[in-house]
Amino acid sequence: MNFTQSFRLAIKSLTTSKMRALLTMLGIIIGVGAVIVILSLGNGLTGMVQQQIDKLGINMIQAQLFGGSENEMPDPEDMYDLVEANSDILTGVSPYLGVNAVVRHGSDKFDRTHLYGVSEIMYNSVTGYTIDGEQLAKGRFLSYMDVDRRENVCVIGAYLEQEAFDGNALGKQLSINGRPLTVVGVLKRNAELEMLPGSQDDQIYIPYTTALEIMGSRWVNFYIFTSSSGETAQAAKEILVNWLNSFFRTDDGEYMYFYVMTMAEQANQINAMMGVAMGVLVAIAAISLLVGGIGIMNIMLVSVTERTREIGVRKSLGAKRRDIRGQFVIEAGTTSAIGGILGIGFGWLLAKGIGAVLGGMLSENMGGGVFDATPTMGAILLSFGVSVGIGVLFGYLPANKAAKLNPIDALRYD
Amino acid sequence: MEHLIELKNVYKIYQMGEETVHALDGVDLAIDQGEFVAIVGSSGSGKSTAMNIIGCLDVPTSGTYHLGGVDVSTMGDDQQAEIRNKMLGFIFQQYNLIPKLSVLENVELPLLYAGVPGEERRERAIRSLERVGLADKGKNLPSQLSGGQQQRVSIARALAGTPSVILADEPTGALDSRTGREVLKFLKQLNREGDTVVLITHDNSIAVKADRIVRLQDGKIIYDGDSQDPRAVVQPHGAEEEEVEV
Repeated sequence: MNFTQSFRLAIKSLTTSKMRALLTMLGIIIGVGAVIVILSLGNGLTGMVQQQIDKLGINMIQAQLFGGSENEMPDPEDMYDLVEANSDILTGVSPYLGVNAVVRHGSDKFDRTHLYGVSEIMYNSVTGYTIDGEQLAKGRFLSYMDVDRRENVCVIGAYLEQEAFDGNALGKQLSINGRPLTVVGVLKRNAELEMLPGSQDDQIYIPYTTALEIMGSRWVNFYIFTSSSGETAQAAKEILVNWLNSFFRTDDGEYMYFYVMTMAEQANQINAMMGVAMGVLVAIAAISLLVGGIGIMNIMLVSVTERTREIGVRKSLGAKRRDIRGQFVIEAGTTSAIGGILGIGFGWLLAKGIGAVLGGMLSENMGGGVFDATPTMGAILLSFGVSVGIGVLFGYLPANKAAKLNPIDALRYD
Repeated sequence: MEHLIELKNVYKIYQMGEETVHALDGVDLAIDQGEFVAIVGSSGSGKSTAMNIIGCLDVPTSGTYHLGGVDVSTMGDDQQAEIRNKMLGFIFQQYNLIPKLSVLENVELPLLYAGVPGEERRERAIRSLERVGLADKGKNLPSQLSGGQQQRVSIARALAGTPSVILADEPTGALDSRTGREVLKFLKQLNREGDTVVLITHDNSIAVKADRIVRLQDGKIIYDGDSQDPRAVVQPHGAEEEEVEV
C-alpha cells in the first residue's frame, strides 16, 4: 500500500503552502480547541465535586422529613434505635435542627448568628471535616458524652470568636436564651470569604439534646446518617425508607412524607446536570467542526483540479481508482489530523488559562479544593479521532472525483 | 506465432455535436516482440487515438485489441490500470514527472502501484536509473534537472516496471534537436537490448529512426512497412506538408 508515500506527500503539500494549510485547518483547530476547553473545564468541575464529596464522606445519607397527615414525626430516639438495630450498615445519626434563640455575650447581642443542634456524627474525625465542610481551628468538636449528657457546650465559627471574644474563645462562655454555654471548639475561617454577620463563619453548633431543651420541642425534621462505607449507603437508604414508610403507614411515602438521599445520588445528580450542560456546549462546538470539514472539502476539490495532470500520470502508470482515492483521502485526513493536534494543544492551553482564573474563584465558593482543568486522555483521543474522521468523511467526495477522472482527459489537462 | 500487439478492425467513433468523427476507421495492426515501430501522421490522423488504445487508456468502439494474447478491448477502468502497470511503459512529450516527488520516487511509482515492497522497489528503481545514466540524481527534484535529463528519468520510470511495450508519445517534442537525437538513440538502444518500442510522432525525420513505419491518415493505415522504403516518408496526396525539424 502507498500509505506512507501518500502521507509524506500530504505533509509536503501542507508545508509548501503553509498559509493555505493553516486557513484550511482553522475550522478544525477552533472546533477541536473548543471541545477540548469544554471537556477540560467539565473534567475540572467533576473533579471538584468529587473532592467535595470525598471531603464530606461518601457514606453520608440525608433524610428530610415533611411529617405525616396528623403532624406526627419520629422522635430522635427512634432514629438512634434504628441505627442500633442495623449497626452492621448504619453507623451513626445526627439530628440537624436549626434553633431560633437569642445569642448574647455580655451586653452584645448576635441576632444573625445561625444556631444548629447536632450530634458528634456531624464531624468526621477521619477526614477532619464537618458534614457542611468546616474544619476545626481550635479545641474539639462536640462529643458523644456532650450529646448524651446534654452538656452546655458549643463549637463556634471564626466570626463569632473574633467579634465576641477578640480571637480567644476557648473555655469562655456565651449565653443562648439566657443559658450559659462553654466554647469547646472554634471552626476554621472559611477560605477567603468575607467574615460578616450571618455568614458561614457566624454560627454555633450545640448538642441537639441541649437544643431540644432550649426549644422545648422534639420536632426534628432533618437527619444525617452515616453508613459503614460508600458501598453500603444504598442499603442504608433502603433501611431508612422502609422504616419511614412503616412509620408513616404508607407503601411509598418518599417525596410525600420524607426524602432520603445518599451522597452518591447527590453526586450523580450534579454530574448528570453537568453532563447535559457539557453535551449542549460540545454540540455547539461541533458546528465549528462541521464548518472545518466543509473547508477541507473545498480545498481538496481545488487540489484535485490543480493536480489533474498528476492524477492522469499516476493512472497511466497503473494507479487504480482506489489508489487515487486513497491518496486524496489520506491527504484530507492528514490535514484535519494536524488541525486536530493543533486544536488539542490550543484547547489545552486555553483550558489551563481559564482553569487558573476560574479555579481560584470556585475554590473560594466551595471552601477549598483543587480545580484541575486538564483534558482526559479519552477526550484527547476522541477529539483526535473525530478530526481524522471529519477529514476522511469530507475528503471522500473530492477523492472520489479524482479517482473517477478519465486518464486521457487528465493527461491533456493544463 | 502470436503477436504482442494485435488490433483487428478497430473503430473509434466520437460524437461531436451533430458530427460523427471516425478517429480510427477500421485499423488492423500487428506488432511483434522486439520491434521498433513508429506510428506517424499529421494532427487529426488518428495517431493519438491509436496510441490511447494501444496504451490501454481508451477502449475501441468496435473491433478487438489483444495485448500479449489478452483481449483488453472490453476491460474496465481498474483492469486497464493493471494492464498499463504490468505491460506498458509510457514516455510523454512533457515528461510528466510529478514535481513534488524526488527523481527516485518518480521512478518507483509504477512499482509502487504494482505492490512491490519498499526495499526491492528502491533497488529496481535505482537499476532503472542506472540504465539511463542518472543514478546519482535520485534524490533531486525533477525541476533541478535539464529537459533531456527529465526525459531520461521518464524513460527510467517507463522501464522500471519491466513492461512488454514502451510507448513514446512525441518524446522529442519538447527537446532541442541535439537532446532529441540522444533520446532517440537511447530508444534505439533499448530496442536493441530487446524492448519493443512504439513511437508516436508527426515528424518523418524522427519516424525514420524506427525500423518500421505505420502511417495513419483520416483514421486509416495508408502505409505499413520498412522505414527505409521511400514510400514511407512520402506525404500522402492532399495532405499539408508539415514542418520538419532538422
